Amino acid sequence: MAEMTPKGVLTTPVFKNNPIALQVLGICSALAVTTSMSVSLVMTCAVIFVTAFSNLFVSLIRHHIPSSIRIIVQMTIIASLVIVVDQILKAFAYEMSKQLSVFVGLIITNCIVMGRAEGFAMQNSPHLSFLDGIGNGLGYGFILMTVGFFRELFGSGSVFGFTVLQPVQDGGWYVPNGLLLLPPSAFFIIGLIIWVLRSINPEQVEENEFKMKENTQPKEAV
Amino acid sequence: MAQSNNSIKKILTVAFALCIVCSVIVSTAAVALRAKQQFNQELDRKTNILEVANLYEPGMDVNETFESAIIPRVVDMRSGEYTDEFDPSTYDGFEARRDPAASRTLSGERDPAGLTRVENYATVYLVGDDPDDPEQIILPIRGQGLWGLMRGFLAVEGDGNTIVGITYYEHAETPGLGAEVNNPRWQAQWEGKEIFGDDDSLSPAIHLTKGGASGENEVDALSGATLTSNGVTNMLQFWLSPEGFGDYLARFRSEVDPGETQSADVELEAEGA
Repeated sequence: MAEMTPKGVLTTPVFKNNPIALQVLGICSALAVTTSMSVSLVMTCAVIFVTAFSNLFVSLIRHHIPSSIRIIVQMTIIASLVIVVDQILKAFAYEMSKQLSVFVGLIITNCIVMGRAEGFAMQNSPHLSFLDGIGNGLGYGFILMTVGFFRELFGSGSVFGFTVLQPVQDGGWYVPNGLLLLPPSAFFIIGLIIWVLRSINPEQVEENEFKMKENTQPKEAV
Repeated sequence: MAQSNNSIKKILTVAFALCIVCSVIVSTAAVALRAKQQFNQELDRKTNILEVANLYEPGMDVNETFESAIIPRVVDMRSGEYTDEFDPSTYDGFEARRDPAASRTLSGERDPAGLTRVENYATVYLVGDDPDDPEQIILPIRGQGLWGLMRGFLAVEGDGNTIVGITYYEHAETPGLGAEVNNPRWQAQWEGKEIFGDDDSLSPAIHLTKGGASGENEVDALSGATLTSNGVTNMLQFWLSPEGFGDYLARFRSEVDPGETQSADVELEAEGA
């Protein structure tokens, strides 16, 4: 994390410091919107837009934000951007906005957006902050699209709405896995992704905070 | 610098300036995009009407099909007669519910759907050439769900009794539970169900039921969404009763079986008295 090159800021959050897989932030929306890939894609674009611009604006005025109200200032900026995104979606992608329903509004509470504004944009230049926002949005999107791919492929037998595995109810052979259409399945897939990423980059594995003692004898408390 | 940033004057200035800038951005977006959003909503409403009547095919020109296949008419719900007082293409019953001259208040038992006020005139959409003998009648319905008002359409066959389909185009129910009102599998159950029981009663018998629907008047409730299911039952009870479209539907029911006319009329008067 020592190097702060624009390229590094943009690409580290995708694999090395992924907001979902390493920091385990923004999980709830990752469960909710990943039943199909097209919905995941729209959600990804919305989050990239919001993180990038909230980082940019927070960074632009970072020398003027009084520290006592900084969280409220960040929230106001984020909330305004989210409303703008919601309005744009309603105007240009009405069907999609109906499917995403409350989850666009819930970008406000997505910890990634707030976390980057507070943790990065408050200390760094607008240029770097903007790229950091895009990077973290991409990192979020990478997980979303991967989860969405598996859930849509095995849950409904299609990719981006195009049928790949013909499901039985349409006269095909594939029996869709209903579990994958339910939110818990996203937990399993995210867990597997975290496993894969940490096997590739062993430095991501955290040390045990507590070590359990080996086979202690149970004894009554005195 | 940090000191001056935390002075009360600076805090208030920053907060105020930020609020002004953000509200300008948000309201600009809302106003600039409103026309486009309303167009989308209108298109979505028409699509829903076509869908509930089983006339919708993906990729079709919704506006054109709507113009050619659907006849909108305004019905006076108190008498069950068509009225020419309003232009059906512009009349909006949902807006009219606020107009004291064209609406009435509801309370207690007369208001199962939690509407408080209801308009006297409503737009119905007819499929077929003859408004007095349509193939399908599409009725607007609305009522309280769990989180808010649910608005949708119910399509009924020309006999005024057999259901073709139901759809909701506006609701705020929980995704995955109450929002399953728009699940095609659940909606498919409605086809062929009957609104009224075997007697000549004007009160609708159709309702949602838990644990396996069996009769002509029963539809499976949504699992995990008892309050939404109750909302659906309640709004059907209201809109299909003589307070809603009951009198209007009775016209078609009596046409199907002339023997029922007499009793339906007697019932009507009893309701009116």
